[in-house]
Amino acid sequence: MQGVPYLRLLGLVVALTVVTSVIMLIPDWNGEQASTAAPKIDQLLDVAIILSSFVFSVVMVMLGYSIHRWRARPGDESDGAPLHGNTRLEIAWTAIPTAIVLILAAYSWIVLDDMEATASNAMPVEVTGQQYAWSFEYPDENIQADELHVVKDRQVAVEMRALDVLHSFWVPEWRVKRDAVPGAPGSGIDDDFVVTPDRAGTFTLVCTELCGLGHATMRAPVVVHETQAEFDRWAAEQEPIPPEQPQPAAASSA
Amino acid sequence: MIQAALVRPGWWRALAYFLIGSGFGFALVIGLRAIAGLDLFQTEQTGYPHIVVPAITGPLGFLVGIGCFDYWFRWASGAPTIPDDHADHGARTWRDYFKVNTDHKVIGVQYVCTTFFFFFVGGFMAMLIRAELAQPGTQIVDPGVYNGLFSTHAALMIFVFVIPVFAGLANYVLPLMIGAPDMAFPRLNALSFWMLPVAGALFLASYFVPGGAFDAGWTGYAPLSTGAPLGQSFFNLGVQFAGASSVATALNFLVTIITMRAPGMTLWRMPLLVWANLSTSLLVVAATPFIAGVQFMVLFDRVLNTNFFESAFGGDVISYQHIFWFYSHPAVYIMMLPGFGIVSEVISTHARKPIFGYRLMALALIGIVILSYTVWAHHMFVAGMFSWLRVPMMITTLLIAVPTGIKIFSWLGTLFEAKIHLKSTAMLFALAFIVTFTIGGISGVMLGMIPIDIHVSDTYFVVAHIHFVLFGGSVFTIFAGVYHWFPKMTGRMYDERLGRVHFWGTLIGTWGTFVPMHWIGMEGMPRRVADYASEFGAWNLEISIAAFILGAVQLVFLYNMIVSWRYGPKAGPNPWRAKTIEWQVSSPPPIFNFDEIPRVVGGPYEYGVPGARHAIMAGEKAEVKPPERTEAGIGAAS
Ligand code: HEM
Ligand SMILES: [Cu+2]
Ligand SMILES: [Cu+2]
Repeated sequence: MQGVPYLRLLGLVVALTVVTSVIMLIPDWNGEQASTAAPKIDQLLDVAIILSSFVFSVVMVMLGYSIHRWRARPGDESDGAPLHGNTRLEIAWTAIPTAIVLILAAYSWIVLDDMEATASNAMPVEVTGQQYAWSFEYPDENIQADELHVVKDRQVAVEMRALDVLHSFWVPEWRVKRDAVPGAPGSGIDDDFVVTPDRAGTFTLVCTELCGLGHATMRAPVVVHETQAEFDRWAAEQEPIPPEQPQPAAASSA
Repeated sequence: MIQAALVRPGWWRALAYFLIGSGFGFALVIGLRAIAGLDLFQTEQTGYPHIVVPAITGPLGFLVGIGCFDYWFRWASGAPTIPDDHADHGARTWRDYFKVNTDHKVIGVQYVCTTFFFFFVGGFMAMLIRAELAQPGTQIVDPGVYNGLFSTHAALMIFVFVIPVFAGLANYVLPLMIGAPDMAFPRLNALSFWMLPVAGALFLASYFVPGGAFDAGWTGYAPLSTGAPLGQSFFNLGVQFAGASSVATALNFLVTIITMRAPGMTLWRMPLLVWANLSTSLLVVAATPFIAGVQFMVLFDRVLNTNFFESAFGGDVISYQHIFWFYSHPAVYIMMLPGFGIVSEVISTHARKPIFGYRLMALALIGIVILSYTVWAHHMFVAGMFSWLRVPMMITTLLIAVPTGIKIFSWLGTLFEAKIHLKSTAMLFALAFIVTFTIGGISGVMLGMIPIDIHVSDTYFVVAHIHFVLFGGSVFTIFAGVYHWFPKMTGRMYDERLGRVHFWGTLIGTWGTFVPMHWIGMEGMPRRVADYASEFGAWNLEISIAAFILGAVQLVFLYNMIVSWRYGPKAGPNPWRAKTIEWQVSSPPPIFNFDEIPRVVGGPYEYGVPGARHAIMAGEKAEVKPPERTEAGIGAAS
């Protein structure tokens, strides 16, 4: 094709990819990191951003150059060149994106496995969602609370349940989310997950599954204690789980 | 006089039959309850059978009354059918657009106008949503009303705007493009159209029933939906009418495309818009029954206590999501593939080039159709479904980006060594679509990656993604299509200056509104909330301002369309000098499209190929005979 500066266009794509990636990697998009999963997910996101910047740059350079170079002069009624395709090019833009998405899939799978690896000393917590409040039970300590307290660097094994409609557990700084589904446990629903907080402090548990009028305000404080001893002191002050479990309400209402 | 009005099909009879239908449904429920010895009125919030049943029989009465079934009833009962005098074909005055009409061109216009009406209603709701969200806290609507607003906003936009407006545009141009005198089943076509206003009216009617509009989101997840107030039943029923309309139209397109192409139009000579609608129709006929079924299951749970999704009685909550997304993921391609077709037409015409890699473009569509049935559970990565299902669904989800990428790159290849004309607003929207849709595709790939989705699922990142693909994707292509075929449909040109104002306003408004939504979502703002943490206040204010600009420029579009339709300069048959067949007839086309069926002799986009022709029209060569096969096809169809 006459006089298309392919090398310079390629250079432009590379330059744009670099510039876009650098700009897009500066902000901490996902905010504070407070679990061992968070840096892994954020790194995965960074890789996705870099590969996406490349694709985006290819599109922008091709589009920008074409409009700049082949815009019809006023009054030019003639047609473009009758190109119907180019098999090598078509194979390239099938194969390269396939490779990119397979890389992303493989990497995602690795991160997922990593996030879900269980530790033997995990602290079990049963999280219950109901319109519009969260409650927490600690079977090992035999206590219940309406705040989630955990220990830094000790894995938490969360078991979710819902009494009425769907709710969803999200602590943005931990990057974990899972729905609480009515009917669990024991019904084949997989709503247990693990997370290992690695920063002490106070966070907020946000409900992210529409659950009715109070959905926007269905939140609970999350406290990550620096040490197990600190947690134990808090646990000693909590109420024991009443022997008779409250029966889940049969029907839901809004 | 009154008697005559009630016998003839039309609005008076529609009103009468609507009342009769509703009354019958009401009496049926009350009568049966009386016989069974129950309380006459069941008004627990999910019940209300004396309203739900009339909400089915009333609309059916309306459809009968307006005249969708007259011919069939006469035929089915063995009465002599009235020989078709074509009085219900073509439009002579504006009043004809308000009647049952069997002309695909009239139906196309009816579709487009009706769906744009719902676009503006749904858009008005978006403005109310943004007004409420401009500041943290509760200002103009309480959380209950807010939940109703975004649910109805999305239901209107999806079920009675984006999906059907594509059916409307294709209704108009597709038969012309393939050289057919009409759709295969013109009466079914009319019925498909008239079910749409019914669906939209049911969605909107939910605002006037006890408990207010349905408010479980457009996804209507159980058990929130099974326990929700009466309005939810109107969602369940509205989806039935919209779905039936889609399926009937899709069947119509399939038969039309398969059996009614002009002689010489082989598969590889079909314009890509035809390929796109073929693919879409394959998705619609196979997927839509799933949403129809699952909404009936919710309705039955609500009214008949069937307990499909009531976990306390052995129901399975998550199965709702599987069935729902088995339709609703393909539905996102139902909302995109026709737009791909439009963009192919617009770009090749205004760049004066053959589509680059035409066959791969067609095959990519088919690839998307097949893959899109294998990805639904990517909406359920955090739902608590079987965890082994996640990774395979992630891989198929990411792979579907490949055929989509092929399409993007092929459009860019089409621009290579082209003669790009930017004076048409249609072309501007098509080119902008490439960019915005690429971004929507990129955020889609990110959402497909399980660990990232775990973090951003159900946040504003998803809202941003939805709107980049639905507004920056689907709606941009809809605008491209409307501007492109406006001269064909109305015979007049629109004002390009106003078109450019609309274009730039929409582009800037879309980016200003939906780009920052990605950021606040990643940082922690969940979706579907009327109130939010005050740290997100600044961006939400910016988003609302951009949204109001976006909303306001749509009025420029409305003004341009209405005024140009009436007063625009005459367009002539082929203002864009395009090659496909719809441009070779007058604007608007004659009542039966062609005096003689054209003969197709080459590909649809042979720009720049010396001496190449796509079709030979009647009168150009006297020896061309109207082909037997097509005539028979039409005869059998009516
Ligand atoms: C004027 C332009 C629009 C604006 C400003 C707008 C704004 C919004 C906002 C703020 C939400 C989120 C509500 C929430 O989660 O609390 C939303 C939801 C949604 N919108 Fe739009 N929208 C616009 C146009 C459209 C169009 C054209 C479509 C589809 C074709 C659409 C489809 C949806 C869908 C599917 C949802 C999800 C609703 C749900 O969560 O159930 N919107 N819109
Ligand atoms: Cu909630
Ligand atoms: Cu999907």
